[in-house]
Parts: sequence; C-alpha cells; structure tokens
Amino acid sequence: MRGAKSAKWVAIAAVVALSATACGGGGDDGDTKAAIDPDGTFSVEVGEPQNPLQPANTMESNGSIVIKSLFSGLVDYDSTGKISMVNADSVDTKDNKTFTVKLKAGWKFHDGTPVTSESYIKAWNWAANPDNKQTNSFWFSDIKGYDEVSGGKATEMSGLKAVDDTTFTIELSKALPYFVYKLGYEVFDPLPESFYKDPKAAGEKPVGNGPYKFVSWDHKKQIVVERNDDYQGPNKAKNGGVVFKNYAQLETAYQDLKSGNLDVMRQVAPRDLPVYKQDLGDRAVDQSYSAIQTVAVAFYTKQWKDIDPKVLQGLSMAIDRDTITKTVLQGTREPATGWVAKGVLGYTDNAAGDVTKYDPAKAKALIKEGGGVPGNKISIQYNADGGHKEWVEAVCGSITNATGVQCSGDSKADFQADTNARDAKQVKSLYRSGWVLDYPFISNFIRDLFGTKSDGNQGGFSNPEIDKLISQADSAASLEESEKLYQEIEKKLPEYMPSIPLWYYKVNAGYSEKVSGVKYAQDGDPILTGVQVKK
Amino acid sequence: MGRYVIRRLLQMIPVFIGTTLLIFLMVYALPGDPVRGLFGDKGASPEVLQNLRHEYGLDKPILVQYFDYMKGIVLHFDFGNQIASGRPVTEILGDAFPVTLRLAGLAFAIEAALGIILGLVSGMRAGKTADTLILILTLLLISVPVFVLGLILQTVVTNAGGAPSVSDDTDIGQMLMPAIVLASASLAYVARLTRTSVAENMRSDFMRTAIAKGLPRRRVVGVHLMRNSLIPVVTFLGTDLGALMGGAIVTERIFNIKGVGGTIADAITRREGTTLVGLVTILVLVYLVTSLIVDLLYAVLDPRIRYA
Repeated sequence: MRGAKSAKWVAIAAVVALSATACGGGGDDGDTKAAIDPDGTFSVEVGEPQNPLQPANTMESNGSIVIKSLFSGLVDYDSTGKISMVNADSVDTKDNKTFTVKLKAGWKFHDGTPVTSESYIKAWNWAANPDNKQTNSFWFSDIKGYDEVSGGKATEMSGLKAVDDTTFTIELSKALPYFVYKLGYEVFDPLPESFYKDPKAAGEKPVGNGPYKFVSWDHKKQIVVERNDDYQGPNKAKNGGVVFKNYAQLETAYQDLKSGNLDVMRQVAPRDLPVYKQDLGDRAVDQSYSAIQTVAVAFYTKQWKDIDPKVLQGLSMAIDRDTITKTVLQGTREPATGWVAKGVLGYTDNAAGDVTKYDPAKAKALIKEGGGVPGNKISIQYNADGGHKEWVEAVCGSITNATGVQCSGDSKADFQADTNARDAKQVKSLYRSGWVLDYPFISNFIRDLFGTKSDGNQGGFSNPEIDKLISQADSAASLEESEKLYQEIEKKLPEYMPSIPLWYYKVNAGYSEKVSGVKYAQDGDPILTGVQVKK
Repeated sequence: MGRYVIRRLLQMIPVFIGTTLLIFLMVYALPGDPVRGLFGDKGASPEVLQNLRHEYGLDKPILVQYFDYMKGIVLHFDFGNQIASGRPVTEILGDAFPVTLRLAGLAFAIEAALGIILGLVSGMRAGKTADTLILILTLLLISVPVFVLGLILQTVVTNAGGAPSVSDDTDIGQMLMPAIVLASASLAYVARLTRTSVAENMRSDFMRTAIAKGLPRRRVVGVHLMRNSLIPVVTFLGTDLGALMGGAIVTERIFNIKGVGGTIADAITRREGTTLVGLVTILVLVYLVTSLIVDLLYAVLDPRIRYA
C-alpha cells in the first residue's frame, strides 16, 4: 500500500485508534428488545484529525473515520472481502485496463448539487496534482497520465474520460485485475463544485455525498455530523447522527464509557484490557481485523545481505507465538500463520506452513544448516512510544532460549525516530513492522510489501523470482486468477523469508448500554451507520 | 523604580531570543521530519513532499528558517501554520491558552489561598497538634505523584456518580477537580514555605515589639507577620504560575482537557517546530512577566527593598 492508511500504524503504535470503513449497513441482528430511537445520536471516541477533512488528504485514522461518514465512494467491500456497489451502479471492464463506471442516478451532494462523472474526474485530477499537496496523491498512480500530472506537465490525467453525466471511463497505465478494490478507499471519493473555490475552507467544513452531513467541528473537542435524510446509498444511517468526541487518553475515554458519557470506543487501553470484558459483559468486543505485525529484515545490512533464508526460518521457528500472545499481549493478538491477514480476499489458513510453528530443536538445526546468524547477535528495532517493548523482549527471550542467538531490543524514542531510521536505511539488524489493509485483496499484503520497488518495502528485500511472479499475478486475466497466483506466491514466501510473521491484530473495544447493533469492520473501526440508539 | 522596570523589560529581549532559538534548534536536532511524518510508514509522492516542505520553508537552512519565523512573529504577529492541519498557529494558541488559563488560574487560586492559610495556622501553632496534622497532610500531597492522585480522585468521583472527564471547560464546577489535583503538590510547598517563615518571624523582635505596643492581633498578624513572611512564598508562587501553565500535561490528559500542555506534547511528537516555538514563546513571556512582578512585589511587601 502506498502512503495509505499506513499512518494508522502511528495510531496502533500508540495504541490509540483505528479508522472506519462504513461498510454497507450491517448489524441489525443485535438485541432488538429495547425500543429504538431512529433519530437518536451517539458519541464515538476519536483523536483530533491531523489534516483538514479532505478525502485525499486523510491518511490517519482520526480523520478517515469522519471522512467515511461524510463521503461515499463508488464501491465498498463486505467482511468477506467482496465488492459491493455504493455510488456506482456498475464498474465493468473487459481487459482489466479500461474500466467503465456507471453512476447511480439521483445522487446529490449535501449542498444539493448532483453527483456526476465530473465530480469524480475533477476531484481525482485535483488530488493527483502535487500543487494541491494531498498526502494520498500516490493512489492515483495506476491511472494513465499520472506521471505527467505529478511531473507538472499536465493538470489532467489522460486516463479519465467522461462519457456522459453518469458514465466515465478509467484507463490504467497497465492492466490491474483488482483495481476495483482500490476504488473503495476514500481517496477516490467525489468532490462538489463548491470545494474548489476554497479547498482549505472546505477541509474545515466538508460537503460530501455520504450517509451523514457535516454540522460542526469544534477543534480538539468534537466533530458533529447528522443523518443525511436524502441519502440514496445502501448504507443509510440507522441513527440520527454521530458526535466524534476527542480524547487525549484512552483510559479517560474508558471511564467515560463506563459512566455513560461516551457510547462507542475503537480500542481499549492496555490498562483496562484485563477488566474490560468483566466490566462491559456482552458489550465488550473482541474480534480480529485485517492487520498483521511482523519482524522485518534489513536486507541492506552486512548481516543479512546474503543470508540463507534457512537462518530466518530458524529464527521464526524459535518464537513461541502462542505463549507470547496469551501472556505478554493479554490475548489481544492471534498467532499468524502466514503473511496475509484475515478478512482479506485470498487469505489462506496456514499459508506459511511449519515456519510459524514453535519448534526450538528444528529452529536450532535450521540456523546451523544456513550457516548461523552472522555475529550470532541480532537486534529488533521498535518505537518506545507504542507499547512494543514488552513483546519485543519476549520475542528476543524466546529466540535466545531456543537457539542461543543473542537478541536485544533496539529502542527508538518515538515513531518518528523509528520511521526516520527506516527511511535512511539505518536499521542495524531487524525491525518491527506492522501493516493494516488498504484494500481487502491479497496483493496489498504481498506486492505492496515485498515487490522490489514497492513503497512498503523498507527492508530492501529484492528477489527477481518473486518480482516475476508478482507481475504475472498482476497481469492475470481475471480477479480469481490473480488471487490464485498471489496465493501461490504466499506459499512460496517461506523459501525467501522476506519477513517473519508474528501475529494478527484484534479489535478490543466496547460500547455503552445506550446503543446496539455496533459492529466493527475489517479495518477495526465501528460501522457507524449500523448503530442503533435506544430510547 | 521606573528605570528599573525599563531595564528589566530590555533584559527580556536577549532572554526571549535565546530561549526561542534554543528550542527551535532542539526540535530541529530531533530525528524525524514533520512533513515525512504526515505519511506514516510509507513513501509519499516526492513532488508532494517537496511542495509541502517548500510551503513551510523547511527546505531552507535552519537559521534562515528561524529568522523568517521571528520576523513573522515580531512584524506581523504571525506564528505560521501548523504543518498537518494547515491551521494558523495563532488559532491553535487561541484555542488552548484560555483553557489552560482557566485551569491554571483556578489551581493557582486554590494553592495560594489554601496554602497560605494552612501555613499560617501551622506556623503560628508550631509544635502543636494542628501543626503536626498539616505537616503530615502536606508530606502526603508532596509524595503522591500527580497522576496517582488524579486517577484516584477520578475513580472516586466516577463511583459517586460524577463525570470522569471535563466536557465543558468553561464550567468552573467541572474544572474544579482537575484544578485541585494540579494544585495539590504546589499547595503543600506553599504551606510548608509559609509555615517555616511564619514560625521564624513569630520569634522576631518586631513581633515582640508589635505585641508589646498593644496593637490589635489582627494587625500584628495581618501586617507585621504576614508581610514579612511572604517573600519566599511569593517567589515560589510566581515561578509556579508558569509551571502550572506549561506543565499540566498529566492532569490535562487524565481529565481530557485540551490545554497548552497536551498541545506542546503533540507538537513535539510531530516535530512541528513552529507550533512548539509559538506556544513556548508565550510561556516564556509569562515567566518573564511573572518574575518581574514578583521582584516588584518584594518592594511592596518589604519597604526596606528599593529598586533604583
């Protein structure tokens, strides 16, 4: 994934929060005993959005949950990773290179202007233009003509063409069978004509086309949105509106949740994890979502440059994932059995085979077979502000106990310093690396992390064989075909060990007695439109 | 007196430049780039990175950046824009300072009033039960860390049916609990300082004379004893006001108050030199002004002190 929701890692790192995918409707199978007030409003815990509320400028979780409520894109996906149409009536392609988008008729922005092909094309061209400094502009790079726009030679991508008011075509620079999955990301949301008059002001007071209308933003205190009664989409809000309440500390939010001042939380703080199930009963949420934690390898270092993958296999097998997730991590993670997280189309159980199973004897043998760890000493870099210290130490302890390889944590003061060392290729040995899905297709966890030129590939892993297989999978004739090829690549990864998978993330959250039908999407965020407020 | 004030005001200029430059350089020295930080884990479009850096002047040498920044502040009262949100720093300051001012003001009032009264009672009855009790209480307040006290008070209040956090920071009633927590440690110091100096002055010659003259007790305590005992207390209170404003991070977080402390912490983690220097500039001014006022108060309290 490019830039993407990656800043989410800041959030997760700081055990702060996650963002929302307003996946269609969902969730009225909750308790229906209490009377429901269809106009009732409820509150959700968030932090202050880092950026103005412009769809292509919001890559961190606090802003994207708000954007998701105000804007609706062409498509969305459900919890199994299947595409569903939202603003689009259909997205068709014959060659995976040119996509024809037909919009549903009658959609309007909150200011009453119609949503047309132009609303999309103009918004994408605007966001791709580097002069407008949108942090997510990279996302348009698949579209033909992006290079000219980013290079300042053009202002419009030649791959976007309006056919009529409700039809437009997207031509990519090369075929991509799963491009439709990317369209579900909020970067591809449309913008009303009024936006361009003053984009900055529009970022303070966004006008969208989504299930909620913007009401007010009291900086660092709260953002209020109300239901859009004219909304045409499938995910019409079942409540009257949402108040995004700003909390600096999750512990405080949890106290507020217990005393009824707050209705929905996105993540419970580590301090409250041991008691939250007891406190909240069946209002406690514990489910997996599509994110994975790994120990990545700095292949540019002397130590790992020409390493035999067997050594990395050995290190992987020396980690007792079951015990660590149960004890140190208090059951908030689930041992990983592959490189692709659950809930992603193409996920297969146990894709990594034996490599993720704890077997100290075999681990020792593999390391020996591979010629041993150079220097017999490794370190794992992590950011000290993200609550990683405990598990890094546990992983190190596990490795040393099993194999005798010396292992220590390499702590960086905060996430900024951590990223800085990774960017500058100054990681000494290994480093912690996490990944939350951008779009629920397997390529997001393989191509975007292990392709030689991918942005997510910070460790310098490069393998011609894998690159070849990736480009084959990318040019497959159909989505199913592409999925199958990617699954084969994942099965092959143990031979190369681009990183050591550790565990999948879980949502540990909760909600108040006032609301029901609270469901969490695959990216770990509550589905706001499905929440029902009791009378 | 007038000349003294002018001299002190002029002295503020080098102090002001020194502190702001130091902070600017320190933020610059930290690893991490505020613009790159916007993109989190992954690479960003190089053109966008470059445009953003240019917009915030980050592509210039550090001293030029500092000079431009100070020029903006001095000439146009322009503190620049926050990097992530693009909002003017003055607007962010305008949001945070009134909140902190209310919290710090309330805490300051509590600490000054309660602290001096407790200290006076304790000092005048040195060695008696009341004194011992107050000493134990203040010892307790000093030794319990702020966050422990804050969390305990929060839990107690929540169990009693109160709200655990502040939802409206203009409501004095809601701000009372955090203000008490914030004031607690300083209150204990004020009480102890007052006690020592009162106890000492109780034995002084002028006190004996005042009592021998047959002055009413109110006047003996209120004028002779208090005025002479308050100098160390005023010194402490003066510097503490600055500390209360900038250092309330812990209390602010526990009670979810959006004040200066949290904003400073955020600015540091995001490496936003401009926001940070803007905030600190105002704090520096507060410190400088309060220390001047404290020095002037010495002369008011003790006529023997004169400034030429």
